[in-house]
Amino acid sequence: MTSMKRSITTTYYLVEKEILSEFRTRYALNALMMFVVTTLSIILFSLGGETVPADVLSGLLWIVIFFSAMSGLSRSFVAEEERGTVMTLQLMTHSTSVFVGKLIYNCLLALALNIFIGLAYQVVVADFVVRTQSIFWTAIILGSIGLASASTILAAIIAKANTKGTLFPVLAFPILLPLLLTAINATKMAADGAYFGESVKEFQILVSFSVVIITLSLLLFEHVWKD
Amino acid sequence: MTTIHFSAQGISKEFNRKLIVENISFALGNGDSLALVGKNGAGKSTLAKILCGLLSPSRGSVGLTIDGTPVEYPGRMYPHIGFVAPYINLYDEFTGIENLSLCARIRNHSAAPGDRIEDLLRRFSLFDKRNDELRTYSSGMKQRLKYCAALLHEPPLLVLDEPCANLDEEGIAVVRAVMREQQGTGILIIATNDKDDLDYAGSIVTVERMKRP
Amino acid sequence: MFSPLSKIILSVWITVVLILGFAMPMVPVPQHWYELPLIPGLEEKARNIIFHVPMAWTTMVAFAVSVVFSIRYLKTKNYVDEIRTVAAAGLGTMFCILATLTGSLWAKFNWGSFWNWDPRETSIFILLLIYSAYFALRSAIDNEEKKATLSSAYAIIAGATTPFFIFVMPRVMKGLHPGSKGDEMGSAPVAQLHMPPNMLILFLASIFGFTMFFYWIYNLKVRSLLLEHTHQASRH
Repeated sequence: MTSMKRSITTTYYLVEKEILSEFRTRYALNALMMFVVTTLSIILFSLGGETVPADVLSGLLWIVIFFSAMSGLSRSFVAEEERGTVMTLQLMTHSTSVFVGKLIYNCLLALALNIFIGLAYQVVVADFVVRTQSIFWTAIILGSIGLASASTILAAIIAKANTKGTLFPVLAFPILLPLLLTAINATKMAADGAYFGESVKEFQILVSFSVVIITLSLLLFEHVWKD
Repeated sequence: MTTIHFSAQGISKEFNRKLIVENISFALGNGDSLALVGKNGAGKSTLAKILCGLLSPSRGSVGLTIDGTPVEYPGRMYPHIGFVAPYINLYDEFTGIENLSLCARIRNHSAAPGDRIEDLLRRFSLFDKRNDELRTYSSGMKQRLKYCAALLHEPPLLVLDEPCANLDEEGIAVVRAVMREQQGTGILIIATNDKDDLDYAGSIVTVERMKRP
Repeated sequence: MFSPLSKIILSVWITVVLILGFAMPMVPVPQHWYELPLIPGLEEKARNIIFHVPMAWTTMVAFAVSVVFSIRYLKTKNYVDEIRTVAAAGLGTMFCILATLTGSLWAKFNWGSFWNWDPRETSIFILLLIYSAYFALRSAIDNEEKKATLSSAYAIIAGATTPFFIFVMPRVMKGLHPGSKGDEMGSAPVAQLHMPPNMLILFLASIFGFTMFFYWIYNLKVRSLLLEHTHQASRH
């Protein structure tokens, strides 16, 4: 087997391990779904039947997405640290494979979660009418990948710190702000009924954000991962 | 049989500007064995981690050659090392056999891994418990499973930190047999305070926590 | 690092710049070299550019210095690089707060409120957040080597995302600063400054003075941190 092929199979099994582990422990998914339901209810209560402009509603959507990502996407690294399995992984494979495995798993988790949020939000928030669904879903998908890529390397960092849970949003917010602002802007455009072509610039920013973060993470991860 | 050379050159490690390990050097080849001894907190485990590439030394270097080819430290050491230690855990939510097949798959270990896994489980008397989740295992059983995981890829370099921790007599006997076999083929390094373990060591390195004047 | 003579020159330089910045008279039609133009709507408040912009500039310089030394630290793992990162980040935080305060006070009197979320206000706010996050992360890690490595990694990631704001901000918010979207003088990310020559010289002198001042204090800070480091090491 070539080393490239080896790395790909290793990464595949690492992703499979994450998913299997998630189904066994049910830590992230159940808690996250409840988190989304709770925040959506709070938003509905506070709106209380008032008519709210689409601008504000687009922002609220991404607040829900940001905070649910903050509560779910750090889990995979923090759990390895807490269970003392970090060295086990270090003894089994190269650090790049571990990072790519976690990144893919976080992308899948973020996509599943944010597609659920996107659907639920459109259904329950009556004032939020998406006129251009293609822009909306592209923003959700690209936004999820960007969120997952920044969260993965930051989760690897905070997993080694003492106050893991509280520190994560503090570190992530300034990093994710360009992504969030762009995604909110694209969501507004989707609600206003813009043509898909008008929001290409937004999508370029979202894609290049993910590319920059992932490239940098691959370079930095070994330093972060090894004690 | 693979030809292996393993050496340490002037390894020192500082934590928070405190010297934990100072100036350790040795060179080993096939059939050699080494014991790291020293008081609790002297830095045996730190040294063991450095040798396995889990920690990088503050000064000094570790060199591993397999069949005459140098192995990149620390990035590419893992395929040649088996490491059993109290601070290296397997996954609680998976069964014994799942943990081992996960190891084999992640390591891309293709040589009939199924048979190898079964042999190891039988040898460490875990075969009957293979389909139980690890959270139901006792600490001794977990220790046995760590041996299965460490020996799965037949590593030429076996590093054991507290080799007999949590084990009953039967377990200790199996571990002793493993240590003897390893001495016959590759390199064995044990970090221990157990006098009986020292019978399996060809040479001894004493790790001391140095005090600055 | 700094000879006594250069310290004296720098002190005089900054004092002169500060005095001139406050004292040069502003008249509607400047006739002499010492007269600054009085722009309707800005009036005497325009003097802030001599102090506020150099502070913001120094914040950026300090941020760049900490990112560069973070990269160096990860390459060399030499604690001196780590000390340089921390020193630059600490001073960067101070200048960031100063720039925010001077900008915010000025905004109150010129734009009517202390905070308007214009792109450059948002940028300085984000820098403040990054600095706080950087120090929060450092205080949450006990092991010194780990602390240095992880905070360097964070500084590098933060450094890589900040350029995105140049593209993102103009698309999502209206600007009030000169050189923002909607400004007839153009919307380049770096402001095109239109000033009379004497004001421009004063402004550049102030930028230079503040940068050198940063460099001076930065050197002092690095040296004191190094002393602290050797002192602690000798205690063990």
